Amino acid sequence: MATLHSEDQAIETSEDVVHVRQRVRARAVEIGLSLVDQTKLVTAASELARNALEHGGGGIARIEVVNDGHRRGIRLTVEDRGPGIADIQLALKDGYSSRGGLGLGLGGAKRLANEFDVQSRPGEGTTVTIARWR
Amino acid sequence: MERIPILKMGRYLLVTIQVDMHDRLALTLQDDLTERIVRDAAKAVLIDISALEMVDSFIGRTIANIAAMSSVLDAETVVVGMQPAVAITLVELGLPLKGVRTALSVEHGMAVLKARLLSDDERHGDATQ
Repeated sequence: MATLHSEDQAIETSEDVVHVRQRVRARAVEIGLSLVDQTKLVTAASELARNALEHGGGGIARIEVVNDGHRRGIRLTVEDRGPGIADIQLALKDGYSSRGGLGLGLGGAKRLANEFDVQSRPGEGTTVTIARWR
Repeated sequence: MERIPILKMGRYLLVTIQVDMHDRLALTLQDDLTERIVRDAAKAVLIDISALEMVDSFIGRTIANIAAMSSVLDAETVVVGMQPAVAITLVELGLPLKGVRTALSVEHGMAVLKARLLSDDERHGDATQ
């Protein structure tokens, strides 16, 4: 897979969550994602960025325009250095929340993306990658 | 401090969200609105979200909270103007905003609130006669 463009956005404050949304939106518009697909991707980005801020104590979002040879897409990687997730299957369940939230963040982001991957080890932080194709 | 303006018109409070809200701003709106419902003895709240290009779980929950809180304070809330792409995404996210009264436009929303206020007045009239 070729990366055509890449940019990073730090996630340190709740304003940064908005910045992640806006930058993902701009790239999604650029590659011609439909309005519904843009909205799904931006919403998923918002959930992941907030997770990194609330659970990971902040982190970084990498927004990439990628090409797999047939089509273009947006890949978003959100990485934090927080406590990590001990049980990923449990964390993906709707309604599961370690901090009193709605517990829709991770599972919701998975549903809103075409591709989803989460890597996490307790004590070493969490990296979530999603992609949405045109 | 950054705030979303709340307009008072008789017994109505009107809010138009024109900015991409960060979480603290959404919480400030929730606090401000509940305070204004009590201070202005408002009976109806109309929240226009037609300019919102995205509603995620936090903003969705805040909207649901505002509706629930205003109901406890004897005011009715109507959320108007949700974009179709936002509605599709919210349902897929798993947050169908149950318990939140919605209408397609400001006009429809005002009609809903007006009907509610009228029936309240009639009931109140009956009780006092």
